[in-house]
Amino acid sequence: MTAVIELDGLVVRLGGRTILDRLSGALRGRAIGLLGPNGAGKSTLINTLLGFHPPAAGCARIFGTDVRQSKALRRLVGYMPENDAFIAHLSGVRFVRYMAELAGLPAEQALERAHEAFFYVGLGEARYRKLGTYSLGMKQLAKLAQAIAHGPRLLLLDEPTNGLDPPARLRMIRLIREIRDTGRMHILISSHLLRDVEECCEEVLILKEGRVAAHCDLEEERRANRKFVELEAVGAGDSFAGAVQGLGCDYAIYPNGNGAARVKVVLPEAIEMRELFRVAAEHDVQIRRMNYRRDSLEDIFLAAMKANGGGL
Amino acid sequence: MAVYKRAYRPYEGALTPEWSRFLVLPRYAYQEIFESRLLTAFLVICFVPFVVEAAIVYVANSEAARAVLQISRPPADFLRPDFFAALLGIQGGLAFCLTAWVAPILVSPDLVNGALPLYLSRPFTRAEYVLGKTAVLIGLLSLVTWVPMLALFSLEAGLAGSDWLSANLRVGVGIFLGAWIWIAVLTLLGLALSAWIRWRLVASAALFAVFFMGTAFGEMWRGVLRNSWGRLANLSYMIGIVWRHLFGLETRRSLAREMLDDRRAHDVPVWAAWLALLAVCAFSLWLLNRRLQAREVVS
Repeated sequence: MTAVIELDGLVVRLGGRTILDRLSGALRGRAIGLLGPNGAGKSTLINTLLGFHPPAAGCARIFGTDVRQSKALRRLVGYMPENDAFIAHLSGVRFVRYMAELAGLPAEQALERAHEAFFYVGLGEARYRKLGTYSLGMKQLAKLAQAIAHGPRLLLLDEPTNGLDPPARLRMIRLIREIRDTGRMHILISSHLLRDVEECCEEVLILKEGRVAAHCDLEEERRANRKFVELEAVGAGDSFAGAVQGLGCDYAIYPNGNGAARVKVVLPEAIEMRELFRVAAEHDVQIRRMNYRRDSLEDIFLAAMKANGGGL
Repeated sequence: MAVYKRAYRPYEGALTPEWSRFLVLPRYAYQEIFESRLLTAFLVICFVPFVVEAAIVYVANSEAARAVLQISRPPADFLRPDFFAALLGIQGGLAFCLTAWVAPILVSPDLVNGALPLYLSRPFTRAEYVLGKTAVLIGLLSLVTWVPMLALFSLEAGLAGSDWLSANLRVGVGIFLGAWIWIAVLTLLGLALSAWIRWRLVASAALFAVFFMGTAFGEMWRGVLRNSWGRLANLSYMIGIVWRHLFGLETRRSLAREMLDDRRAHDVPVWAAWLALLAVCAFSLWLLNRRLQAREVVS
């Protein structure tokens, strides 16, 4: 499978400083998170992927197209910038139509898709209002509408929830997940909000001081974390222990008194969680609480920061 | 299915040819410009001198019309190059006012709210952006300069015959080239000011200031250093020198005497005037290049 984004020793220098330093990796996820503290180089990487900054060495490719071939590359992407990006005196739908026409859509199709994009992001009723009168949340949605109207293969979202209040943030996250789940478009989300990335992405690239601090597959991490299960159970006796062992699990039981016990189980790859419930039901064991240790994205992020030279 | 019921779907239709995409910019700009009735009225006014001159040309060539109006036959050299040069001067002035009106709304709205990265994140280059914006002004300014003037020239050639045309072919070339160099100067200067000044009125005022300050600087230089080289900053004088050359009028009295009431000074050489105008165009392009960046890099 062709990687969505390939980085091959990418170096970008701006104003005499090295901003991105020998980035390498292949990103293949449907939704990819780009994380890092302020100044890590996230926006510079996005700008480089758009062909705004030329690589000083190495290269980056989107669906196999080198970023130096900027025109060919830009046919593939939709871009939602971090900062304000609109033309205040244009109505929302006219603005999106204008941008779609610049991307190459004929005028009629551009108009139709501008309307569709506005309804899709939930601004259908406001599409004839001038952009200058929009609230911050509406402007963010309008930026998303112009990024998707021409049907790109890769959507670059730079801090998409910047400045949004909690309901607007939830709405934006829902939209991003919906777009991801259509399966028609890959998404790269740059953010320093771990929760946004955790909720939307399946693959994460963490940058620090222009270098790759970590690159992980969140789905894989989640799957791995599901293996360590801690139960609080009543009636977990030897027969239950034997049945758990029969599933091929390692386990340890710590009695708490009054028939209750804490049971720690390591599930093999092939065993699903529901097998534990089945065994518990068969042995009249009441499971009162169940936890599985979850290495949150925050843990991964902090570990990456620590491993690469301490503080944030 | 109604638009509001549709979910996201990729676009799989045809795309417009890449070379034609810069034309999207003038199309949108004209729709916006002609929403202003005042500007439309001004554009109509720009054609008044042309209509008057067309009537003069017709009357000068039609015995019947002269008889009706009881006008005697005009001198044989009435429709000489001066006639067209004077009209180009009038239309050039109107083109300047049109530029001061339209140019400030072309680039600055894209820069004020950071829309430029959206243009450039599409298969659309900075050169195409500048081409699209210049096309707006080139279209409007052509409409009030060389297009009606060449129509007038053709009218005169049609009425006066091929002898007149062969004797005055240089005038036709002068109209075309003279108008184009003026359009180039106004367009690039107007766009450069629009790129650097975000307030419309200030940008319009700055365009006037460039011309008036240039004149003042040239006269100050003349007063202090006793030579005419400072007048290279006087753009209306420079274009006048170039036009006189193109129309073959240099043999007459100096432009400095006609325009600036300076009886003793000689005009600056034509090559210097050409160079000055080209330098203004180059400087304006440099200003545009500095300003029109998808991302600003701070050293």
